[in-house]
Amino acid sequence: METKKTIRVLIAKPGLDGHDKGAKIVALALRDAGMEVIYSGLHQTLEQIIQTATQETVDVIGLSIMSGAHLPISKKLIAMMKDKGLDDVYLTVGGVIPYQDIPKLKEMGVSEVFPGGTSFEKITKGINSLC
Amino acid sequence: MIRLIEENDPSAFEMLKLLYPYAGQAFIIGITGSPGVGKSTLIDALITQFRKLDMKVAVIAVDPTSPFSGGAILGDRLRMQRHATDEKVFIRSMASRGQKGGLSRATKDTAVVLSAMGYDIIIIETVGAGQAEFDISFLAHSIGIVSIPGTGDGIQAVKAGILEIGDIFIVNKSDRPDAETSVLELKMMLNMRRPNTLAQNSDLSLNWTPRVLKTIAQNGTGVKELADTFLSHFDFMKQNGSIVQKKIELERLYFNSLIKDLALEKTLLFIKKSNDFKDALNKIESGSMDPITCAEHVVNNLEVTRKPEPLNSSR
Repeated sequence: METKKTIRVLIAKPGLDGHDKGAKIVALALRDAGMEVIYSGLHQTLEQIIQTATQETVDVIGLSIMSGAHLPISKKLIAMMKDKGLDDVYLTVGGVIPYQDIPKLKEMGVSEVFPGGTSFEKITKGINSLC
Repeated sequence: MIRLIEENDPSAFEMLKLLYPYAGQAFIIGITGSPGVGKSTLIDALITQFRKLDMKVAVIAVDPTSPFSGGAILGDRLRMQRHATDEKVFIRSMASRGQKGGLSRATKDTAVVLSAMGYDIIIIETVGAGQAEFDISFLAHSIGIVSIPGTGDGIQAVKAGILEIGDIFIVNKSDRPDAETSVLELKMMLNMRRPNTLAQNSDLSLNWTPRVLKTIAQNGTGVKELADTFLSHFDFMKQNGSIVQKKIELERLYFNSLIKDLALEKTLLFIKKSNDFKDALNKIESGSMDPITCAEHVVNNLEVTRKPEPLNSSR
């Protein structure tokens, strides 16, 4: 405990899509990698996500998006994170993300993108290397 | 700030000292019970009630840390998310991080911070497994024990000894069959219980008679009564002055647990730097002496020959 800080991750599903199996499985994988995962559930508004990340002092926000709205959602959330002083929090996005959108997301300020099919090892490594 | 407390950061210690004088006004409610009895949903409904009275509410939800990976899934918040954007509601999930008793010292420190921040009510949720119930009695002014009908929880409760610490017993999901039986069982058990060792008072009029309430957290049935009962327990303690006594008692316990943590930390550090310790380790590794004799030898030889370094610089 004193050697390395425990990474805290918020897993949230913004918007209307109701498929949370992927998010739950990723949450479990992160727990097994020794992280503390706050699972906030389905249908989260961006305001809820921001408030939760603030109160829970997380290091990483992991969004799971399968609705195809990953570009506008990420853009808006990053603006809100800057606005609320969450500059030290990393944003990662997973779900159904077309490969051609990954550079666009990264350009916006998304730290890591884990499209469907990414291995747990890659996800935990990716998050570990951020923090 | 809470994060620094969790990481046992020395700077958190300094800040806590500064904040401590401002803490102590909040009414701290502990909610405990087995997994799945509806603690989080009940707290969600309680928040709604307290918000109607325009009180600022903070929740500390403690979930267990995996003993294998050190990770945790903190999912209590899931049931309370509708309050996420209410500025006067603060919800913080914490992992037990393997501390004995389930309720880590970080929880106590966090309650101090939230209290100093001016929250009127602080609700602490713990999974009632084993020792955790006792720990919560070191922290909360009023304790609600949640159970559900038909699990034999009335009897289970006596086993675990939680009857002694509960102030309000809640039979949740009371639309299920056997709710009345559970209530009756609990009332019978309560009649037989010994007075709470914490609140034990020779003047019997100072002792609160535990209540048994039925709720259905899902649709809010009975939750207003529950909120009122918690508040009336607080009023009861304020009016007869027993709250002062309770707060002193809690302060003493907090002090004790701090001493334990700090002393352990300091002594271990001291021991591990000593030559005795290194010698003993070598002897164990070479097989020339057994660990029991070595441990005894090292501790018996403990002599404070020099002043140990101050805690903060050594952490």
